[in-house]
Amino acid sequence: MRFIYWRVSVFIAAAVVPMYWLYQAWLFALGPDPGKVLVDRLGLGTLVLLLITLAMTPLQRTTGWPGWVAVRRQLGLWCFTYVSLHMLGYGFFILGFDWTQLGVELVKRPYIIVGASGFLALLALAVTSNRSSQRRLGVRWKKLHRLVYVILGLGLLHMLWIVRADLKEWAIYASIGVLLLVLRIPAIARRIKRSQTRSTPIATNR
Amino acid sequence: MLIKIPSTSDCKESDVTPESFYLSRRALLGGSLAGLAVSAMPGWAQAEEASRYAEVEAGAAPDWFKGKLPTTKWQAVTVKDETITPFKDATHYNNFYEFGTDKGDPAQNAGSLKTEPWSVVIDGEVAKPGRYALEDFMKPYQLEERIYRLRCVEAWSMVIPWLGFPISELLKQVEPTANAKYIRFETLQDPKTMPGQRSGFALIDWPYVEGLRLDEAMNPLAILAVGMYGRELPNQNGAPLRLVVPWKYGFKSVKSIVRISLTSEQPKTTWQSIAASEYGFYANVNPTVDHPRWTQAHERRLPSGLFSPNIRQTEMFNGYGEQVASLYAGLDLRKNY
Repeated sequence: MRFIYWRVSVFIAAAVVPMYWLYQAWLFALGPDPGKVLVDRLGLGTLVLLLITLAMTPLQRTTGWPGWVAVRRQLGLWCFTYVSLHMLGYGFFILGFDWTQLGVELVKRPYIIVGASGFLALLALAVTSNRSSQRRLGVRWKKLHRLVYVILGLGLLHMLWIVRADLKEWAIYASIGVLLLVLRIPAIARRIKRSQTRSTPIATNR
Repeated sequence: MLIKIPSTSDCKESDVTPESFYLSRRALLGGSLAGLAVSAMPGWAQAEEASRYAEVEAGAAPDWFKGKLPTTKWQAVTVKDETITPFKDATHYNNFYEFGTDKGDPAQNAGSLKTEPWSVVIDGEVAKPGRYALEDFMKPYQLEERIYRLRCVEAWSMVIPWLGFPISELLKQVEPTANAKYIRFETLQDPKTMPGQRSGFALIDWPYVEGLRLDEAMNPLAILAVGMYGRELPNQNGAPLRLVVPWKYGFKSVKSIVRISLTSEQPKTTWQSIAASEYGFYANVNPTVDHPRWTQAHERRLPSGLFSPNIRQTEMFNGYGEQVASLYAGLDLRKNY
């Protein structure tokens, strides 16, 4: 396997973060409402991982280093892991596993509906992320995985509904998201490629 | 790696000091000889003496506040079968958007707030308007300790021992005119010391404004607080003067008040102006009326542990229905949320 150290470092970094949060929560270092803080951080972590995943292709295009794309699937799966933990935390800490209440929330609250559809879409991408699915689905695989752009929109909308008084943080994530989408517009993507072939690619392994 | 597992049977730091202990302490303080002895003690010993609750950080109380402590009516109102929230949590988990929107921001940033000197403007439909220095403003009132449940609109709650006085006593002093129907409160606006007010992305039109109907303000439960946990208010909790209305969601209890106006019209309050469909003027705690984004039927009583989330049913009027329900007789609380 190529880039084995790089892949393992990414794996450890993504795994250590939620473990550290859990440890902090355990010690009450996250304050008196650690469950809520964990749910919030996992949600934000999902969004950040989604943005990082989407940054891999443009990064590879600009730097020419294939290591970026080598960790793209792994990052996508981490994104799914975080969102699963986010949902689990929501069920346990916020709803107290009250299933009837979950039913009510799923029907009544737009931001829960938007969040839940984002989760389902991520689930679809996660289960079709293996090679055999890629082979089986052929051309349709690529189409299916374009869902990731929709997921980004759903995630940002979900967050927008939650911020109540100050849009600064949201605006930062949203503009990074928009930038990453703009870089995928064919005309712009081509231009990046051209400038990349002219300059010598620099392989940075951080 | 230090791993602490707090078991549910553990005594909480917040458990109130046994009554017999602090009563005897006060008897001691009452004696003039003891008073002399106390004044001869080094500063740290006095600070130790002054804390009625466990783990309370000593503040730097202004003289007018210290002067009121000996005549304070301790435990004038208490809550049954409730544990008082640890001081650390009540002072490090706050919504005070003037200092940032994260729960930890107020504790981190509110040090810049200058609470001395402080003045309060009384205006509008009153016989005696004016601007008062806080120590003069406070002169007529005896402090009472009120231990109240606090229910945030975000579905978490605490139990806090406040020190304050009923608003009805203030109204006696300022004499509302016949036109006065509402009371309006305004928080300090000072972008220099309040970083949240400097944010270009804030949806709040500063200063923060809240209000009550006059008969709500006259209810004996409604108080203006200047202290908590036996000391003056920490900055992040709304020093030096804040409102406390325990049967309403926490955002009604406006902090760091600089202006109190009696009005004939219902004041336009901050959260109502941002999202009228989510935050009403009344904002009474009501488990049967959901916030559009979440249920209000339950609440997380803090601290809520990681492995044993402390989730409980929310009570109508936060459990103060007996005292306040009559204020809303004939009012449709689904419409007037």
